[in-house]
Amino acid sequence: MLGSGADRLRADVNRLLAFLFHQGILDEQFLQLQQLQDESSPNFVSQVVNIYFQESEKLLRNLRSLLMERKLSDYKNIGIHINQLMGSSSSIGAKRVRNVCVAFRAASDQNNRTGCLRVLEVLEHDYCFLKNKLHELFQIEQQRILAGGVGYPMQN
Amino acid sequence: MARNGGVAWMRTTEKIDGYDLSTSDTEEVHVLAVDDSLVDRKVIERLLRISSCKVTAVDSGRRALQYLGLDEEIQKKETNGFDGLKVDLIITDYCMPGMTGYELLKKVKESSAFREIPVVIMSSENVIARIDRCLEKGAEDFIVKPVKLSDVKRIIDYTTTELREGEQRGARARRRGINKRKQREGDDDLSSSPPSTLSSSTSSSPSSSIQSATAPLSPSTLDSPTRRLKMTSSE
Repeated sequence: MLGSGADRLRADVNRLLAFLFHQGILDEQFLQLQQLQDESSPNFVSQVVNIYFQESEKLLRNLRSLLMERKLSDYKNIGIHINQLMGSSSSIGAKRVRNVCVAFRAASDQNNRTGCLRVLEVLEHDYCFLKNKLHELFQIEQQRILAGGVGYPMQN
Repeated sequence: MARNGGVAWMRTTEKIDGYDLSTSDTEEVHVLAVDDSLVDRKVIERLLRISSCKVTAVDSGRRALQYLGLDEEIQKKETNGFDGLKVDLIITDYCMPGMTGYELLKKVKESSAFREIPVVIMSSENVIARIDRCLEKGAEDFIVKPVKLSDVKRIIDYTTTELREGEQRGARARRRGINKRKQREGDDDLSSSPPSTLSSSTSSSPSSSIQSATAPLSPSTLDSPTRRLKMTSSE
């Protein structure tokens, strides 16, 4: 039945969300974004998250090239990049990425290049994981809507 | 000819009074949001729209000043003239490249035309010294990011209350003025009665009386750390 397909997919969405919350990947700010989605703004969450992805990838690329410089001295600039990534991660509820940024900033404040590179690797990994999971979430959401589910609100 | 004269007269008064009339008709609060982060701009825009506000979002303090017509380098066309609507509230991020939110706050509060506009600062850092600095410079409130709907609702609530109270105060003052004129014209039997002892039975402490005078008595207004700070420090 059309209805039960949508219901099953909704259960899948909820399960994935519960997993992401439980693992500390997302926090309640993500729920706040979902609450802002309605008939007047039915794609709000994916719009904001996609902007987040674009901005974050720029920042991560810049961070990697800054840290790879032979004579690295511009820790101030690195700090600015980290703060931007930290801020936008916090604004969408990307808790784990945000927390890694905190560690990153600590290493950068100490002008610790090795530490920075190590944290950057973790950051890149965690960011990839987040992006994959959120893409998965949006995909299931799309399928749910195609199966006749209502697009908003995103949660029960 | 008479009609032309009439229309010209109408137009002149409209120019003087019309600007104020048209904006007081609109119920919606117009907020100028300032943040260099695109993600944060999208979020704050949505939070404000869902709270029934008109929003103009800009990405820097400089652009905010340009919008208000305060940018020194750009000449204002006319005294009343900026392209946008009258701004009822400014919400700005603290950490921005170029002009910080604090510097924007200072510029707004130092301008005779715009110092009455409440300015709210947003910051991801919960630093008491920073909050104090902003409040001292005249910031209305300070929100720690990430911004939630409850933060926005709280701020819009007391902004609209203050706007309404300001209008009511104005209307009451105008009524008082009219009544005074009527009294002078007619018999003045509303002579000054001896000052009645006000029953101040309920409010004993100063802080509670301040509370009843300014903010609506809702728990949400007391949630603001800066409101609490303000109330206790004014004792």
